[in-house]
Amino acid sequence: MSPETVTPAASPAAPDRGDRSRARARAARHHTYLVYGTRVLLLVGLIGLWEGLARAAVIDPFNFSMPSKIWDQAVQWALHGTPQGALWEQVWYTLYEALLGWVIGVFGGVVLGITLGRIRFLADVLGPYIKVLNALPRIVLAPIFLIWFGLGPASKVASAVVLVFFPVFFNAFQGAREVDRNLVANSRILGASNRQVTFQVVIPSATSWIFTSLHVSFGFALIGAIVGEYIGATKGLGLLVAASQGTFNASGVYAAMLILAVVALLAEGLLAFLERRLFRWKPADAGDGR
Amino acid sequence: MNRHTSPAIELRGTSKAFRTPSGAPHTAVRDLDLVVGRGEFVAVVGPTGCGKSTTLTLVSGLEEPTEGEVLVAGEPVRGIGDKIGFVFQQDAVFPWRTVLSNVMAGPRFRGVPKPEARQRARDWLARVGLASFEDRYPHQLSGGQRKRVALAATFVNDPEILLMDEPFSALDVQTRALMSDELLELWSGTGASVVFVTHDLEESIALADKVVVMTAGPATVKEVFAVDLPRPRKVESIRLEPRFLEIYREIWSSLGEEVRITRERGAAHVA
Repeated sequence: MSPETVTPAASPAAPDRGDRSRARARAARHHTYLVYGTRVLLLVGLIGLWEGLARAAVIDPFNFSMPSKIWDQAVQWALHGTPQGALWEQVWYTLYEALLGWVIGVFGGVVLGITLGRIRFLADVLGPYIKVLNALPRIVLAPIFLIWFGLGPASKVASAVVLVFFPVFFNAFQGAREVDRNLVANSRILGASNRQVTFQVVIPSATSWIFTSLHVSFGFALIGAIVGEYIGATKGLGLLVAASQGTFNASGVYAAMLILAVVALLAEGLLAFLERRLFRWKPADAGDGR
Repeated sequence: MNRHTSPAIELRGTSKAFRTPSGAPHTAVRDLDLVVGRGEFVAVVGPTGCGKSTTLTLVSGLEEPTEGEVLVAGEPVRGIGDKIGFVFQQDAVFPWRTVLSNVMAGPRFRGVPKPEARQRARDWLARVGLASFEDRYPHQLSGGQRKRVALAATFVNDPEILLMDEPFSALDVQTRALMSDELLELWSGTGASVVFVTHDLEESIALADKVVVMTAGPATVKEVFAVDLPRPRKVESIRLEPRFLEIYREIWSSLGEEVRITRERGAAHVA
């Protein structure tokens, strides 16, 4: 460092401060590594323990299977197809039913939730009925849908819809109800019609409420689709579970579970990504500006 | 009072009662008579919670009076008029809209085409000194900047009547003085009639042509004082003038009594 290029005032303090912030960054990095390392270790330990105990016949591998067998089963399905057809087809079917059910349920929930949130009379009239329907454990409707709509995807979509609808509906309703009264008053003063208040004030401020329910409800949609398939279907991961169970193939049940978890995580990630894009106006991610 | 034209705002024997959550009626405003001339800046002062804000909601058409009449430009108020601008105490900007889009909201609601609305919004943003902030979201602004957005969003509609409900009470003292000056400047070009509700007597004298003192709730007009300070005014310097202090003393002798009554009632509640 030549003295001509360095500003003299900064030099005594800067290295010290640099050192300290560097040390802090190092400590933070260390912490992250430690957390990740321990996580991996925990997973490996648990799987190893399972595998070891099963191989040593401490636990019965027939009932409890073991990780290597589950992996083999998953690989075998992926490469050579399942008894019901290609694995991707099963995944696609389940995903298709869950997604379709989710979209319909979300749409219905949002529309009805906002409508009832805006129109007090409707809310007063329909309120008790919705409460009763919500109190019903809706998964018991799956067999009825099977009778109504048959073995095809329609019955699974229907059970996904009823599971998704209610949480979304209640959140949208609450969101529409809890809109800042000031904001509504202000927009009406600024000249907004009722329609404009609904679409440009109520719906945007309810979106954060709705989005919280979207995360939960996608899980519900998967449950609806899987349970529907489990009860009776011609294709899908739920059917895979049911068929594996029917042949006492514990590895098959676990492998299907594993695949489901991966699918659910991917969908969740996609949703989180969308949410970040949509909520740029929120203070939560204010730090970096944009 | 100037009756040669129909005044901008006129309240005649107006009362407003609300139903409290417990079901008992609560009278916020009782038998209120008030006249605001065209282009006049009227400040309404009174003890906290006496029903000043209710008066504004009656003029705006957000609420209807239980009794009496509210006239705007000689016409009884029916619903929210398009000549009204309202600046609220709390932030009433849309958090999901950018600054520019917030200011465009009013004209867009009223069916102004987008390019023209954008032009007008930019114009007002420049006047409140936020031209370079148009892409920001409200949460990225300071309290004073958000208030400026609210002012721009109100003025962009060219209101003939401007209702302000303690608009600067949430700001710190320096920002407040600055905003008061800016408000006077923005207002001076428009010829709008202003009703400015506050509990800060200094602020009201510095801004207004006329100070209306309200009684402890239920609110009714106690006394009206003319403020004969010359315009244009600078809020920081005008409060040092002897005439200002004279007016202040005069009004406080009237307002102080109502404040004491409110305070005693509060104490009685606590006891």
